[in-house]
Amino acid sequence: MIDPVALFLLLLSASTPILFAALGELVVERAGVLNLGVEGMMIVGALSGFATAYYSGNAFLGFAVAALAGALVALPFAILTQFLMSNQVASGLALTLFGLGLAALFGKPVEGVKAPTMAAGPLGLNWIVWLGLAMVPAIWWFLNRSRPGLILRGVGENHDAAHALGYDVRRVRLAAIAFGGAMAGIGGAFISVATVLQWTEGMTAGAGWIALAIVVFSNWTAVGVLAGAWLFGGVTVLQLRLQAAGVRVPVQLLSMAPYLATIVVLVAISARQKFSRRSGSAAPGSLGQDFHALR
Amino acid sequence: MIRLVPRTDSAPLLQVATPVMAVLATMLAGGILFAIMGYDPVAAIRTIFWDPLFGPAAGYSRPQLLVKAAPLILIASGLAVGFRAGIWNIGAEGQYIIGAITGAAVALAAYPAQEMWIFPAMVIAGAVGGWAWGMIPALLRNWFGASEILVSLMLVYVAQRIAAWMAFGPMKNPEGFGMPGSRNLQQYPAASNPELIAGTGAHWGVIAAAAAVLATWFLMSRHIRGFHIRAAGIAPRAARFAGVKPQTLVAFCLGLSGALAGMAGLFEVAGPAGQITDKVGVGYGFTAIIVAFLGRLHPLGTLLAGLLLALTYIGGELAQLTMNLPAATVQVFQGMLLFFLLGFDLLTRFRITRRVTA
Repeated sequence: MIDPVALFLLLLSASTPILFAALGELVVERAGVLNLGVEGMMIVGALSGFATAYYSGNAFLGFAVAALAGALVALPFAILTQFLMSNQVASGLALTLFGLGLAALFGKPVEGVKAPTMAAGPLGLNWIVWLGLAMVPAIWWFLNRSRPGLILRGVGENHDAAHALGYDVRRVRLAAIAFGGAMAGIGGAFISVATVLQWTEGMTAGAGWIALAIVVFSNWTAVGVLAGAWLFGGVTVLQLRLQAAGVRVPVQLLSMAPYLATIVVLVAISARQKFSRRSGSAAPGSLGQDFHALR
Repeated sequence: MIRLVPRTDSAPLLQVATPVMAVLATMLAGGILFAIMGYDPVAAIRTIFWDPLFGPAAGYSRPQLLVKAAPLILIASGLAVGFRAGIWNIGAEGQYIIGAITGAAVALAAYPAQEMWIFPAMVIAGAVGGWAWGMIPALLRNWFGASEILVSLMLVYVAQRIAAWMAFGPMKNPEGFGMPGSRNLQQYPAASNPELIAGTGAHWGVIAAAAAVLATWFLMSRHIRGFHIRAAGIAPRAARFAGVKPQTLVAFCLGLSGALAGMAGLFEVAGPAGQITDKVGVGYGFTAIIVAFLGRLHPLGTLLAGLLLALTYIGGELAQLTMNLPAATVQVFQGMLLFFLLGFDLLTRFRITRRVTA
């Protein structure tokens, strides 16, 4: 028999990378920017965090560097979309392709080495898992109860109005993009430093894209992001359990589960937003649009 | 103080000049990257961009240009049509893989028959497979409003796992001594996609790519559907008032790019790759996105951009051999290229002037 408590703890760990990345992207999208580069920022975080942890022997330092690297690699995206008015979809894709290449290029020296062990926190869970859980109320509070959060939402809902009120739309968005990069970096590092304990090319395997889908699923709320991340953590854990239990389904087909679940959930939530009269989509009004102040 | 003023003209000269500027900037930034990594930047750039065509081993690498460019151009000409309409199929890699599988399935089912119809049937099966895989995000968007970006991308991962399953399971070569991977189609004459003219690298995929460029050019500049696509991309609301049905365009663009990507996958698996393995997808579907943008979403531009990016693939392999440069260098190059391209694109849409201080 499987112990449900142990299973839930596994779920918490499995959902952490996506939770971080999706919370970061939530803030970015609430500021009106669609950054499709989550996968690229995650993989850069996964490599830089792992390399730092390996060479310094300090895993926590690895997470700090991963956050910094995630924010830094988002910089070209920020410049392109905020100052050069580039298409956000294309720029985000470029960030993903660039990040994947960059990580593959610089990751060769740390292939095959093992990450240092981390001291576990309460309930035997990694401290980063707890940090991720703490970020949910923190971001909820920031978005819904704080003044900077109100300004950020204003910029995301209607950038022209926010500009007219005297808020610096670009500065708010630059800060949001950097934050999103840092969160994605931590999420990526959790995979390499705390879960797999190794670096392999392309190891984020679509987690960044799943995070993007979860933001849609959450209807742009922090609690919704947590629910989405747990759902995917659950599917992942279940899928691994079934593999371990030797179910007579090919491993390759079982490992499709997280991606198929993403599609199913995305379709369900989009349909709800499309057909329900009361609960329409809460997507920020200026999401994905260029901002060019003529005055 | 610098000020950006939106252009009212189309700046035809800059439309052509900006991709060239982006390529030069990428070479410059790439050179700096090589210098940081401890390689001779001039030699590295020459190895990647010059030697494959005119270097000492050019006799071997020149035919490779068409081999690598064909799938890129075939996929990118379909993607460019959709991107024009603001329909983002970023899952061409998945459609490519499924096309390779469905196309190869026909060959493996017919083995060892040597009939004339086998190869044409494979091409059709590949196109239909890619089309069907592309129609999934199209229908999910049309029926439920699900983002075609995320669905098409998720389906890449699903397709990769189907390919792995096929290679280890249903399509495994029964005479392969337990090794994963299907029968090698290069050794099955009726199903293979050989070099048509010795020494050129031209296989059926190259001909299909050329046909795709012509067909999409005709579509976009001579056909009413192309006009609708362009209108929907520039002014979606106006297009809708003019009677353009967005749902039809979504299905058309995703279906077309899916079918072309599927065909590209089939030509590859029947020719240069030879067999279905768990690594059928080699990233052409993603690189084709860069090709489409570098070609400014124009069929002729796509042709040139496809050749250039094929050059970076071959040059990258050459640099790996001669200079010990890591394989991922090309990937970084392609990412940088797209960054610079999007950045320089500013010049075609805005005029840069000095702000007059009042």
